[in-house]
Amino acid sequence: MLTLQCPYCGVWAEETELHAEGEAHLKRFGPGSDDADFESYLFMRENPKGVHFERWRHSHGCGKFFHAARCTMTLKVFGTYPAQTLEPPQDIKDRISETYPGWTWRNFK
Amino acid sequence: MSTRLSTGGKYLNRSDQRRFTFNGKQFTGYEGDTLASALLANDQMLMGRSFKYHRPRGVVASGAEEPNALVNLGTGGTFEPNQRATTTELFDGLTATSQNHWPSLEFDIGVANNAMARFFPAGFYYKTFMAPRAAWKHVFEPIVRQSAGLGQVPKDRDADTYEHFYAFYDVVIVGGGVAGLQAALAAGSAGAKVLLMEQTAHLGGRAVIDGGEVDGKPVDAWVADAGETLDAMPNVTVRLRMMGAGVYDHGYVLGYERVRDHDPMAEGPRHRLWRIRTQQIVTATGAIERPLSFAGNDIPGVMLASAVRDYVDGYGVSPGDRTVVVTNNDDAYRTAISLKKAGLEVPVILDARASGGGALADEAKGLGIRVETGKGIAKVKGGKRVTGVAVCAQAGEGAVLEEIACDAVAMSGGWSPVVHLWSHCGGKLFWDEDQAHFRPDPNRPPTSHDGKGFVIPAGSANGPMDLAEVMGDAHAAGLAAAKALGLKSGKAAAPKVAPQPEAAMEPVWLMPQGAGPKLRMKAWLDYQNDVKVSDVRLAAQEGYESVEHTKRYTTLGMATDQGKLSNINGLAVLSDALNQPIPATGTTTFRPPYTPISFGAIAGEARADTFQPLRKTPIHDWHEAQGAFFEPVGHWRRPYCFPRQGETHSDAVNREINQTRKSVGLLDASTLGKIIVKGPDAGRFLDMLYTNMMSTLKPGKCRYGLMCNENGFLIDDGVVARIDEDTFLCHTTTGGAERIHGWMEDWLQCEWWDWKVFTANVTEQFAQIAVVGPNARKVLEKLGGMDVSKDALAFMEWKDGQLGGFDCRAYRISFSGELSYEIAVPASQGRAFWDALLVAGEEFGMMPYGTEALHVMRAEKGFIMIGDETDGTVIPQDLGLNWAISKKKEDFLGKRAQERPHMTDPSRWKLVGLETLDGSVIPDGSYAIAEGTNANGQRNTQGRVTSTYYSPTLEKGIAMGLVLYGPDRMGEVIEFNKVDGSTVAARIVDPVFYDKDGEKQNV
Repeated sequence: MLTLQCPYCGVWAEETELHAEGEAHLKRFGPGSDDADFESYLFMRENPKGVHFERWRHSHGCGKFFHAARCTMTLKVFGTYPAQTLEPPQDIKDRISETYPGWTWRNFK
Repeated sequence: MSTRLSTGGKYLNRSDQRRFTFNGKQFTGYEGDTLASALLANDQMLMGRSFKYHRPRGVVASGAEEPNALVNLGTGGTFEPNQRATTTELFDGLTATSQNHWPSLEFDIGVANNAMARFFPAGFYYKTFMAPRAAWKHVFEPIVRQSAGLGQVPKDRDADTYEHFYAFYDVVIVGGGVAGLQAALAAGSAGAKVLLMEQTAHLGGRAVIDGGEVDGKPVDAWVADAGETLDAMPNVTVRLRMMGAGVYDHGYVLGYERVRDHDPMAEGPRHRLWRIRTQQIVTATGAIERPLSFAGNDIPGVMLASAVRDYVDGYGVSPGDRTVVVTNNDDAYRTAISLKKAGLEVPVILDARASGGGALADEAKGLGIRVETGKGIAKVKGGKRVTGVAVCAQAGEGAVLEEIACDAVAMSGGWSPVVHLWSHCGGKLFWDEDQAHFRPDPNRPPTSHDGKGFVIPAGSANGPMDLAEVMGDAHAAGLAAAKALGLKSGKAAAPKVAPQPEAAMEPVWLMPQGAGPKLRMKAWLDYQNDVKVSDVRLAAQEGYESVEHTKRYTTLGMATDQGKLSNINGLAVLSDALNQPIPATGTTTFRPPYTPISFGAIAGEARADTFQPLRKTPIHDWHEAQGAFFEPVGHWRRPYCFPRQGETHSDAVNREINQTRKSVGLLDASTLGKIIVKGPDAGRFLDMLYTNMMSTLKPGKCRYGLMCNENGFLIDDGVVARIDEDTFLCHTTTGGAERIHGWMEDWLQCEWWDWKVFTANVTEQFAQIAVVGPNARKVLEKLGGMDVSKDALAFMEWKDGQLGGFDCRAYRISFSGELSYEIAVPASQGRAFWDALLVAGEEFGMMPYGTEALHVMRAEKGFIMIGDETDGTVIPQDLGLNWAISKKKEDFLGKRAQERPHMTDPSRWKLVGLETLDGSVIPDGSYAIAEGTNANGQRNTQGRVTSTYYSPTLEKGIAMGLVLYGPDRMGEVIEFNKVDGSTVAARIVDPVFYDKDGEKQNV
């Protein structure tokens, strides 16, 4: 059972306190977008063995949504950060690089 | 025979006698006995029958690894099958019965399977039950059901209570043997908050029986001192009878505490499941002795050498008068020495090693015990009890050199560290050639959230078997745990133990090593599931190379003991058959729990009324007192109807509807979701959430709205009231309040985080009561207070005020088509307001109505219900709700998806009303059938029913459904299937059956 630190209230929360909310950093495509972009937004998801960026909600705590960078294989957590961002913070990216030099995930590296 | 010795027994308290029964027979034992030791003391070596062949089986081990001695324990509400006699502490009045036999333990008809054994080879399940198809139902299944399974299923409700316990520690140490104690001393004195758990009733583990000296004291004295030292440390907790059941991600440990299994009359829960978070875990779980694979190694009386020693020294029980010891290592000599010192006969020690043993062997010889090296057992003689062994050369094929009479055999094939907890969360193993066992690879531990290892093996669980090495390793493990926490080591010093070198063991996977098919067929690997050397070899021959496949094919290690005794021997046999080294074969996956834990412990307090907390409205008690029939709606319980004396539920529903339509009814609508959306951008936000325009709503007005997800599918609906320029109150469905609130937060926090909007779910802050029917206004006027006339409070308006002295907010909204007021009062006033309404409504014959009447009335009006008309694949356009989809808005959630080709396809099934020609009610879930069949030979369909009821207003069956080109086919008659295979004809009509122009609600 995972533990993640909520970046808002600082609590180290058990998985039972949290709710998984799917992939992070999705870009929304609305009316006027072309079919390929919209399909990608609606259906296409990363399923990596390794670094992944996810949305979680501290649903049985402060209620905030946040992002987590973790390894799906080892469950190592590189960091959690607020959801109000389009990109993971540099210090988290650096920490990933220490473990996985040259990693990429969608447009991030 | 097995019997109680006149003296000895470290665990016993001979002054406290205990009475118990086994298969109805009265026996006695002592405090400190296990059921197994007490049975042995009463010469009851035969304790059960095997699973497949129903062979007689006696106890093999003395602890958690026991495969054979499984019993039914208790009666009635405390009955439990498959309890290991070796871990069942004896208490006064214990009742046990043997299992897996018919008609009796002594005489079992199922043993015929044994004679047929060659027809039950590995994988016989797959080979036998394949064909013919009909045979399964009529022949195989009845036989399998009759004869399969261990134990019986309890028939009564569990009479005991259980609980969960949440705990947090720096270091959790699993195992209270000398290694666990030393690790606890080291970590505890460094200042860590430590939990030490021991699965048995006493500390010290094997060392108490095996002896030795630590820090110049006999080991049992050292154990007692260590226990006292730990007890005195405020930062250390020691729990007995508590097993480390599993290790999970990021330092989560399950502890299974058997609180009063040994004392059933005590107060409190029977089992306690500890859910523990810890930084570091030390697994001081010891090692388990391996059996040797020789013919007849399952005959009652053949036991692990260490178990024989435990029974003699720990429980003062002699397993037999004459015990032959057979071994491939020095440790088993301890058993021979124990037996001899207890005054029992050891006719011979058969040491498979040509070179023989070391110092312990010399000691045994010094006691006058005959030792034969390079020898083994060709076969054990006997049926329900060992009568002798045939001796052979280990290097040969089993030619009998000599027969030796005996009534017990103590065997030792070496020791395997208990690596289960290390492995549960991904810790890797390596093969130790010298000791022929897998042990933890310190370079590949299970890792935590920080990528660092969080499990440290200690003592025998890490490989060392010599006491000196064990203590050194355990001390280092305790310090390592403290260091990982950033603590400095305390004053606990490494204990001083003189090393006792032993001669090297030699792996023996088959005895004799050249044993032919006949012997291999009687050489058991897995006692509980009846898997033999021959079965594993057959599997290899048939192409099973992966150990995981072989396990499932042969069922090796799949019994309730999960292969604690059999796994290493089994995979060694497989490796040999495949001609590859053992590490190339590898182990099967270790999965929690370490030994089976009770369902009661898993459930904890979550049973019966506390299984799931109920949500109750402020008026719930009144409903209950009226004898309302409840239905679950989410976590709520809502009255389905309020049946009166002699009424059926449908009678009650019809009465409630008729009275509401005729005069006035009352509905507890408190469960409806109520979410406040507030802020300068609230209107803009709701325009994105709802398909229709909400920002143009005027304060004081209400508007019905639809919400879709980004797939375009309808997810919720409800009435939105604008409270003021910045504030809206959104009503959601009963089941949708939390979900929709989360949905709003998701978009506000993660997408439009710069928008100035707050939300609050106030569902439970208000009681909401609908007063519905032509006389609704009169009832409110009788209460007195605010002006509820049409002019003052028109349809789809709301107003704050007072009614009957209650502060309230009244909404003119209607889900029934009648004149209707939904009145919200603070939750604390809900019941009082309800009571006041009942008094005011009395002269109008006002009746409360339930959810079914609500459903029927909304269906009569053609109003959709989320979950009935929608199923997660329905868009508003399917339901003819285009009027509620804004064409002006550039964007709203779901808009883009609703432009996808499949969503605009005219052949999507669309909502219509349905009237049966014969007035009957179409069965729920019916499909409208079409001509022809599909590729699977199933009838084609052209629609389905979504809501179907008897309408007391129209006095006939009405329904709504989604039908192909439905709205264009008004008047057409189509057929719906019924459960009995016949069909019912229904005409496609407008879904609004009642008051099409809405005149009744707008008065």
